Amino acid sequence: MLYAILCYHDEDMVGSWTKEQDAAVMQKLSVVQDKLASQGRLGPVARLLPTTAATTLRKDDPPLVLDGPFAETKEQLLGFYVVDCKNLDEALDVARDLGAANPGGAYEIRPVGLFSPGSVKT
Amino acid sequence: MTDTAWIDAALTSARPQAVGALLRYFRDLDRAEEAYQNACLRALKSWPQNGPPRDPAAWLIMVGRNVGIDEVRRSRKQEALPEDDQAISDLDDAEDALAERLDGSHYRDDILRLLFICCHPDLPATQQIALALRIVSGLSVKQIARAFLVSEAAMEQRITRAKARVADANVPFETPGAAERSERLASVAAMIYLIFNEGYSASGDTAEIRGPLCEEAIRLARLLLRLFQSEAEIMGLTALLLLQHARAAARFDSDGAVILLEDQDRRLWNQKEIAEGLALIDKAMRHRRSGPYQVQAAISALHARAEKPEDTDWLQIDLLYGALEIMQPSPVVTLNRAVAVSKVRGPEAALEMIEPLAQRLQNYFHFYGVRGAFLMQLGRNEEARTAFDRAIALANTTAEAAHIRMHLDRLIRDSQDHAATTR
Repeated sequence: MLYAILCYHDEDMVGSWTKEQDAAVMQKLSVVQDKLASQGRLGPVARLLPTTAATTLRKDDPPLVLDGPFAETKEQLLGFYVVDCKNLDEALDVARDLGAANPGGAYEIRPVGLFSPGSVKT
Repeated sequence: MTDTAWIDAALTSARPQAVGALLRYFRDLDRAEEAYQNACLRALKSWPQNGPPRDPAAWLIMVGRNVGIDEVRRSRKQEALPEDDQAISDLDDAEDALAERLDGSHYRDDILRLLFICCHPDLPATQQIALALRIVSGLSVKQIARAFLVSEAAMEQRITRAKARVADANVPFETPGAAERSERLASVAAMIYLIFNEGYSASGDTAEIRGPLCEEAIRLARLLLRLFQSEAEIMGLTALLLLQHARAAARFDSDGAVILLEDQDRRLWNQKEIAEGLALIDKAMRHRRSGPYQVQAAISALHARAEKPEDTDWLQIDLLYGALEIMQPSPVVTLNRAVAVSKVRGPEAALEMIEPLAQRLQNYFHFYGVRGAFLMQLGRNEEARTAFDRAIALANTTAEAAHIRMHLDRLIRDSQDHAATTR
């Protein structure tokens, strides 16, 4: 089964990391990713720009365009992974591995219902 | 990341909110800062043992408040405390309740007030910036002194003076009305822009120690934008800083000499910052409430979008500078516009445009640099040389002078190339 692992963290805090701290975290995360990739279990990975760059479309009538993220929360959605796991336990293991690289924050593990790998080239 | 590094980042990011709330509570900058410092000391003891609190800012405010109240009690035992503020012993229970209240309207105005105090109109710009970096960003006096290339003692004095002036000035603590709030926002934005410029205008040899000022300005701009998500000019400001800063790695050569925009290795530009800047300016434009930061960001965006210098949309840049001239009439803006004009309509038109500025910019280094460049392009080499000589005489740094010499060499070389190809 595919699981989306959604990464939440206080973006003010992540924004306060020095370049070196940020690079160290990314480096540790890439180790976890490489392992998953070599097992053929890693789907798309995205790190999102700050919520200040976000826009929300409220499907009111007429639809309303608002600046900022959908919800004002203490921790913001900063990125996500799609990973192939046998079950929730395995997905939690992946999240724990990712979490060890990255202090604080939280991961939301959501089974994926419909998945299209897309055609975007990076 | 080690535990202590994590704690540092948590303290830094919680600082504006925590000091802002403590300031509202104590109505005294020194006391608020001291309470915050004390709370930090406790955090350094408690967090590694007990694990980090879920909401570091709320924790720091709570502890800072209790410590501060104890201090007040000790110093003036007789006076009654403000009601509803009995010292709270069980932090864990109290944290949630307080966090609840913090998420309300106070949060925005606390931080805005804190920033606003730092850019109090009674303070000269140098003091405003120093105070903001000390109080809001939490840089040490030593770090700030280093970034401003002055001694620690001099910086200490500058900050102490600024604080004394702020203490004397009447800072309003009630929640500001809409007009007041937008005035505050504008002066805070201007102050953040100043901080950025302090870092950005550094010459090559000091760029490394002054560069962090740019990063701090970006952090403050993002913070402000988080609080005022729909303010087009704050989007514009943040976009402008990001787009300018994206070029940081390409702006100086290994000897610290300036590299002109058109000579920069564009592969060194930070694409992530450019992407964020473009996204923000894109969002801002939808509001159709233009302003100087948005226009400047849009100009910077046109440079960022050009993969090669010759792809630059100079026509659009000319139009944008035209808009900026109307919003913010200034000979310096016209001078910048003339550079775009020279690309679109040629050096003759550009030269004509800047001639009326000669008197107002008679002591402005860049005026003679630009004028010399136009004259050179027109083949009026003698006049060009005179202009360049004047520029070198007015240069503020050796890097600026060296830059003009380089400019001069380059134009001589170009005109020779040009002569060779037209021959």
